[in-house]
Amino acid sequence: MPLLEIRRVTRRFGDFTAVDDVSFAVEPGEFFTLLGPSGCGKTTLLRMIAGFDLPDAGQILLDGRDLADTPAERRPVHTVFQNFALFPHLSVARNVAFPLRMAGLGEGEVKRRTADALDMVHLGELAEHYPHEISGGQKQRVALARGLVNRPRLLLLDEPLGALDLKLREEMQLELIKLQREVGITFVFVTHAQNEALALSHRIAVMNAGRVEQLDEPSRIYGFPVNRFVADFIGNCNLLEAEVRAVEADGLRLSVAGLGEVRAPAAEGCQTGERGLLALRPEQVQVAAEADPAWANRFPGQVRDFLYVGDVTTYQVRLDNGYTLQALLPNAAPGRARFHETGDRVMVGWSAQAGHYVREA
Amino acid sequence: MRRLPTWLLLAAASSYAFLYLPLIIVVAYSFNDSRLNAEWVGFTLDWYRVLLHDEEMLLAARNSLLIALVSSGAATLLGTLAGLGMHRWRPAWLPLLVITPVAMPEILLGVSLLVFFIQVLHLTLGFLSVVLAHITFSIGFVAIVVRARLAGMDESIFEAARDLGATPWQTFRLVTFPLILPAVVAGFLMAFTLSLDDFVITFFTAGVGVSTLPLQIYSMIKIAVTPEVNAVSTLLMLLTLVLVIAASRMDKGFMRGAG
Repeated sequence: MPLLEIRRVTRRFGDFTAVDDVSFAVEPGEFFTLLGPSGCGKTTLLRMIAGFDLPDAGQILLDGRDLADTPAERRPVHTVFQNFALFPHLSVARNVAFPLRMAGLGEGEVKRRTADALDMVHLGELAEHYPHEISGGQKQRVALARGLVNRPRLLLLDEPLGALDLKLREEMQLELIKLQREVGITFVFVTHAQNEALALSHRIAVMNAGRVEQLDEPSRIYGFPVNRFVADFIGNCNLLEAEVRAVEADGLRLSVAGLGEVRAPAAEGCQTGERGLLALRPEQVQVAAEADPAWANRFPGQVRDFLYVGDVTTYQVRLDNGYTLQALLPNAAPGRARFHETGDRVMVGWSAQAGHYVREA
Repeated sequence: MRRLPTWLLLAAASSYAFLYLPLIIVVAYSFNDSRLNAEWVGFTLDWYRVLLHDEEMLLAARNSLLIALVSSGAATLLGTLAGLGMHRWRPAWLPLLVITPVAMPEILLGVSLLVFFIQVLHLTLGFLSVVLAHITFSIGFVAIVVRARLAGMDESIFEAARDLGATPWQTFRLVTFPLILPAVVAGFLMAFTLSLDDFVITFFTAGVGVSTLPLQIYSMIKIAVTPEVNAVSTLLMLLTLVLVIAASRMDKGFMRGAG
C-alpha cells in the first residue's frame, strides 16, 4: 500500500484552478519531489497534504485513510517551511522539543529525543541559542530537526533551500539525502529548482498549470521528457520541430524543416507521418572544425557566441537553415588545443542514438 | 556626520523650550519655599509634605490609580481581542469601529457618554461611569499596538505550531500570546497613562460622586495655582514619564503604532 495517495484532487480559488484533477501515490521511504514553476500548484498541493487547506474535490489518503476530517495538528505529517518558521521566542532546543511536548511525552523522553535530534543535525552546542542568534544554514537544520524529531509518517519540505546561498544549498542537498536515508522517513519535497529536484529525488512529479505533466525517476525525466513543457523546463534543451518520415528497426528517420533528414532513436507508439519534437540535450551535440565520421547527423554552422563557465563551455551555433543549436563541450577533453571563437565556421553533429523524439498530441 | 545649520538648531531649541519650559517651571516651583509662584525663595519639600496630609488629594489619587488600573485592564483585554480579530479576519468595519474613539474630539466623546449613561443606562455618575468611559477611549490604543505587532510577524509560525501538533488554543497560549505580550503590556501602560491623565471625558462622566487627580487639580487652581498643585503635578508628570518610557521599551513598534 502506498504511504500517501493523492486521488483526483482539485483545488480552485475563484476562477483559478490551482490544482487540477491530480493523482499520484508516494511509496514508504521515498524522496518524492513536486517540481514546477511558481504558480503550478505544487505549494497548494503541499498545504492540502499538511492540512492547512482542503481540496474542493478528490481525496488525500495516508496509510489508506482519508485525511479530510483530520485537522493539521492531528496529522502525522510535519512541514519544513521555506522561511523555516522557527518560534522566535523559544531557544533552539525548545523549538525542537515543541512537537514532542505537544504529543504529551514525558520530560525525560522529550530531553533525550531533543538532544538526539540536535546531534543528528550537528547543532548540539547551539541548543540554548535563540533563532535570531544563528545563521541561515543553522536555522535550516533546526527546522529539519524539529520536523523529524517526533518521527512523522511524512515530512513535507516547502522550498527549504530557497532561502540559502548557492554554496550552502549544495551542502544542504547532500545533507538532506544523507538525513533522509538515515531516518528512513518519507519526504515530499517542493521546489522550482530543477537541478535540486534531479539531485535529491527518487521520483519527480513535474507540475504545470495545476496538472502533473510527467512522473518518473530523475534520469528518465531528464532523458525522456514526455512533452515540450518537461523538455524545456528540465535543464537546457534544443527543440527541433520534426516530422516522422520512417520508423525503422534501428531508429527513426525524421525530417526537420530546413535541415533535411535527421536520425533519432526509436520512440514508443510513433507513427510515420506524425509531427513532433526532437529534444536534444546540449551535451549530446558535438562541435568540431571537421565532421566526425561517427556522427550520423552533421550540419555546418557558425559560432555565434560561447559561454565559458570553467568546467564546460556552451556554444551557440547558428546552422545554415537559421536554427541555433546549443552545444556543451567539457573543457577537460584531451587534445583540446583551442576554443572555437565567435564567427568560426564549424561542424555540429550528434549520433543516431542521441536525442529523444517527443510526440506532440 | 554633517553639522546641522545654526538656524535649524535654534529653531529646534526654541520649539523644545516652548514645550518643556512650562513643565520645568512647574517642577521647579514645587520645591520653592514660598506660597507664591512669583519668585524663587529657597528649596523645600514642604509642599510634598502638605500633599501627603491632604485627605481630598489622597482620595483623588487613590481613585485615579484604581480607575486607571481597572479601565486599562479591561481595555487591554478587549483591545487585544480586537487587535487579534482585525489581524486574523481583516474585517473592513472593525478598525473603523475600534479606532474612531481614538480620533474623536474628547469633548464630543465626553458629552455623548454623559447623555448615554444618564438617559439610556440611567446610571448614577461615579466610579463605574468613569471606568466605562475610560475603557471606551483606551481600547483603540491597545488594539492598534497589538495589531501593529502582529502585522510584523511571519504568518507561517502559527501554521508551524498547528503543523507540529498544537491545537488552536495551544497555538495561542504557547506561540501567539508570548509573541504579542510586549505589545499587550505596552498597550496596557498606554491605556493606564491615558486614564490617569484624562481630564475632559472624566469631567463629563464623573458627576459629583468621584474625583480624580486631574479633576482635583482643576478644582484647586480655580482659586489659585498653589505650590501644592505644582507638587502634585510634578508627581503625576513623573509617573506618566515612567509609564511612557516603560511602554516604549516594551515594544519597539509602540511609538509607530500609537502615533
